[in-house]
Amino acid sequence: MSTKTLFEKLWEQHVVRENSDGRALLYIDLHLIHEVTSPQAFEGLRLAGLRLRRSDLTVATVDHNIPTTSNRGLITDPIAAQQVETLRRNCRDFGVQLFDIDSAEQGIVHVIGPELGLTQPGMTIVCGDSHTSTHGAFGALAFGIGTSEVEHVLATQCLWQKKPKTMQIVVDGQLSFGATAKDIALGIIGRIGTDGATGHVIEYRGSAVRALSMEGRMTLCNMSIESGARAGMISPDETTFNYVRARRFAPKAFDKAVAHWETLQSDDGARFDSTLEIDAAGLEPFVTWGTNPGMVVPITGRVPDPNSTPSEAERQAIARALEYMDLKPGTAMEDIAIDRVFIGSCTNARLEDLRLTAELIRGYHVHPRVQAMVVPGSQQVKHAAESEGLDRIFRAAGFDWRESGCSMCLGMNPDILKPGERCASTSNRNFEGRQGRGGRTHLVSPPMAAAAAITGHFTDVRKWRFKEAQTA
Amino acid sequence: MRAFREHTGIVVPLDRSNVDTDQIIPKQFLKRIERTGYGEFLFYDWRYDAEGKPQPDFILNHQQFAGASILVAGKNFGCGSSREHAAWALSDYGFRVVIAPTFADIFSTNAGNNGMLLVRLSEVGVKTLLDRAEQTPAYKLHVSLLEKTVRDDHGFSATFAIDDFRRSCLLEGLDEIGLTLKHEPEIAEYESKQVQRGW
Repeated sequence: MSTKTLFEKLWEQHVVRENSDGRALLYIDLHLIHEVTSPQAFEGLRLAGLRLRRSDLTVATVDHNIPTTSNRGLITDPIAAQQVETLRRNCRDFGVQLFDIDSAEQGIVHVIGPELGLTQPGMTIVCGDSHTSTHGAFGALAFGIGTSEVEHVLATQCLWQKKPKTMQIVVDGQLSFGATAKDIALGIIGRIGTDGATGHVIEYRGSAVRALSMEGRMTLCNMSIESGARAGMISPDETTFNYVRARRFAPKAFDKAVAHWETLQSDDGARFDSTLEIDAAGLEPFVTWGTNPGMVVPITGRVPDPNSTPSEAERQAIARALEYMDLKPGTAMEDIAIDRVFIGSCTNARLEDLRLTAELIRGYHVHPRVQAMVVPGSQQVKHAAESEGLDRIFRAAGFDWRESGCSMCLGMNPDILKPGERCASTSNRNFEGRQGRGGRTHLVSPPMAAAAAITGHFTDVRKWRFKEAQTA
Repeated sequence: MRAFREHTGIVVPLDRSNVDTDQIIPKQFLKRIERTGYGEFLFYDWRYDAEGKPQPDFILNHQQFAGASILVAGKNFGCGSSREHAAWALSDYGFRVVIAPTFADIFSTNAGNNGMLLVRLSEVGVKTLLDRAEQTPAYKLHVSLLEKTVRDDHGFSATFAIDDFRRSCLLEGLDEIGLTLKHEPEIAEYESKQVQRGW
């Protein structure tokens, strides 16, 4: 019997037909949709007179362009309002379940899928959003698609795919204090670059990955696309099963499902096209300095010198990034002052992220120059955090406590940076203008963002003095 | 879908690597519900200043590249977000071909689904084209998907590889959904097996 990787097992289980040219028609188990990348797809269905094949496997929410203020039901931007209204009409007309702005289960699509138990091991999951890789944390094959493909899935529940290559990233050892799943992700991208995994599906393995909670695994898989990967995945285990169990859309015959899920492991000796080994103990908290997630150094590092690289293309890229970021070569990362802090996004806006952050800021106040906001990933996250009193800690420290959505990760709603503002952000992309034209984004973990909010500059969380909780 | 067989056009050199889809079409233009009309927003933050005035330094604003339909760029073109608006914007602006050493995966699919040809050439080949496009007024390339070649009028000639399925879709302008629906019985059979798993 031949040995197979987790990816190969999932692939084979979803092939509807295979063409002689090696393309396969893959069946899609779950299709998540949102307001930004679906309107043109539904319009295409209507124009072609096609039906939605499986409305029961299609689930929608609004997240990208909605405001995060308390009166967010009123979208003042008429074009954004029309986009949300279009999603509502499409969901009504085609019978798709929508977790709308007033739903207690609304949130970022990649937060609510897992939270509702829609995301399950062994599934193929797609969404018109590149961070769909998040769902791979459950041992699912999950990847982002464009709007034409959204239309294709709506019409056929399938997609044509060329089999990608496989890459295993083995992270062994124990993360040191202050380093998080985000730092594993940034450490990997710093090493292989933003195209290091193009054409590949990554499987994250090793003891440090096993030790991560589901939330940490989601953060790690979420950033797979930032190294160019088609998808990232982690084989399911007890941690996974315990997370999925008892959630709203979890399988009814749960034990039977688990029996299948337990087979979703890469076999011993299974061959990967490439392998990367990472020592978890060597990972420090990271901060990006440039305009893509691969431009990253440990907090103890310095802004690089363009002249330190032999490649002319590389030299130009660094120089250009430093000009945009308004940074001088050789500056210690800890000496970089910030204006804004964003704690949110499908990468880092789950309950654990908020707990870690709240613990750190307890008893402190946001630096006078800094404006800091927390945007929980979903309404469920928000309510859970509030029931633990985390919102009170954030508010007392001077953080703005918001409603759920994508918010300043991509600034499609009113939450944006002003030109020249520098932001410590727990999101996933530091591209030019991503958080607002002329805005300067530094990607960090939630604890690193929180520490910077308090001190006003990037700060090594490993040196943090935690304050005890006051007993009431 | 618009078919692609051969094309000759003026070349714009965009000598940058890792051009992400946030640059190709910034977020503020993703709120529209149409598929068309994105060309005027292409590379918006690079093309225009904060007041909406053209940035004279940006290559697309140089008069000599007016009417260009072939873009040559550095590696990992189209990385980042899955927004198909990036392909719509390039296509709507008038680009039929993008040439680079490598492209990001989702962008590649999106471009193909909009009848735009992505040509992968070696770093050296791309460098040659970037230099020639900068130095030669109204520099043109002839791109043939039939022959899988890129040629100029000054002796440059290169062949490129492309996936057979993508090539035939582009050559015929095939509608993928129509093709897939021919396999409806197989999809239905797959679904009936899935139901039998029972959870």
